[in-house]
Amino acid sequence: MTETTNTAPESRATSAGKRGVPAWVQIIVWGLLIALLAIVFVGLRRAQQGTVQPGDKIPDFTLPLFSGYEYEGRSEVKLSDFRGKVVVLNFWASWCKPCEQEAAELQEAWQFYEPDGKVVFLGADYVDTEPEARVYLKKFGITFANGPDMGTKISQMFRIKGVPETYFIDQNGVLQYVKVGPFSSVDEIKSIIDGLLK
Amino acid sequence: MKASSTGKSLQITNYLLLAFAFVFASLVYQPAFAQGPTPTDDEVNAIAKQLYCPVCENTPLDVCPTEACRQWRELIRTQLSEGRTEAEIKQYFVDNYGARVLAEPPRTGLNWLVYLLPPAIILVGAYILFRALRAWTKPVVASAGSGESEAKPVAPQDDYVARLEEELKKRK
Repeated sequence: MTETTNTAPESRATSAGKRGVPAWVQIIVWGLLIALLAIVFVGLRRAQQGTVQPGDKIPDFTLPLFSGYEYEGRSEVKLSDFRGKVVVLNFWASWCKPCEQEAAELQEAWQFYEPDGKVVFLGADYVDTEPEARVYLKKFGITFANGPDMGTKISQMFRIKGVPETYFIDQNGVLQYVKVGPFSSVDEIKSIIDGLLK
Repeated sequence: MKASSTGKSLQITNYLLLAFAFVFASLVYQPAFAQGPTPTDDEVNAIAKQLYCPVCENTPLDVCPTEACRQWRELIRTQLSEGRTEAEIKQYFVDNYGARVLAEPPRTGLNWLVYLLPPAIILVGAYILFRALRAWTKPVVASAGSGESEAKPVAPQDDYVARLEEELKKRK
């Protein structure tokens, strides 16, 4: 009898402990915690990944083009349109000072390869306003196809870290070379392209 | 000859009058254009503070000092002077630069998590805390009382205790 009375508070305490948090609440809390960790993990992994890497197959994308900077009369182009050609995709912006260092070199390289038709230069204008972009293009006498990266979809796909960045995609749509920052000379651009044309 | 000369001078006078009228009309018309309301910095910033440039993370557009953001603010000013509404301007920025430019993500799809998750976590947390506090306080009250009478005030609130007390009474 005494034994029963003494153990009652203990059993109540144990019971209260067991009943502390219902199972469904525990499941929800753990679920939320795991989901949160998963989101953080994916975010960190993406941040550490850097740009797309050479050897990666580049998914198809569409680049709308500025009026006056169309490609063979087309107002928008797809990467898949250029299978069999080397694609030089340059991310730039009018507010980007380092972009100005390479603008003339890119144009010179484009003029060098344009007659053969084996190389295509595409300019993707990143987070820019069209009036300023046009001033920039005119200032550097750029004539190759250029257009806005609408919704920053293309730059997000390439996971660019800034501008300028240039991606060299081979005839099969596979990324072969990434140049982060401005080119130092036309020869630098040519040496990369020539390597892909061989 | 004289009549022809007078006719010519009349024609010239007519042309001059017409030119004068045209210049006068254009002069009158131009200031009407210039008098159109130029959006103030406050009006521009009222929209700008709801936007974030992807280049300058975590800095609202209204206070961002970069050239890119200055261009964006000018674009807002231009669009305001063209008579576009706040919603139209924001939509333009979303179309051109993506939904991530918005300070408040649009209430669609997975974005709902941003709005629902924090209050849900707070509610669940509050519930857990409430339960935990109850669990921590009850055993203390029960163990403090060695006799039946002292445990009574708690007993009616707890079915388990009530049943236990009943069982004990029966055994007596």
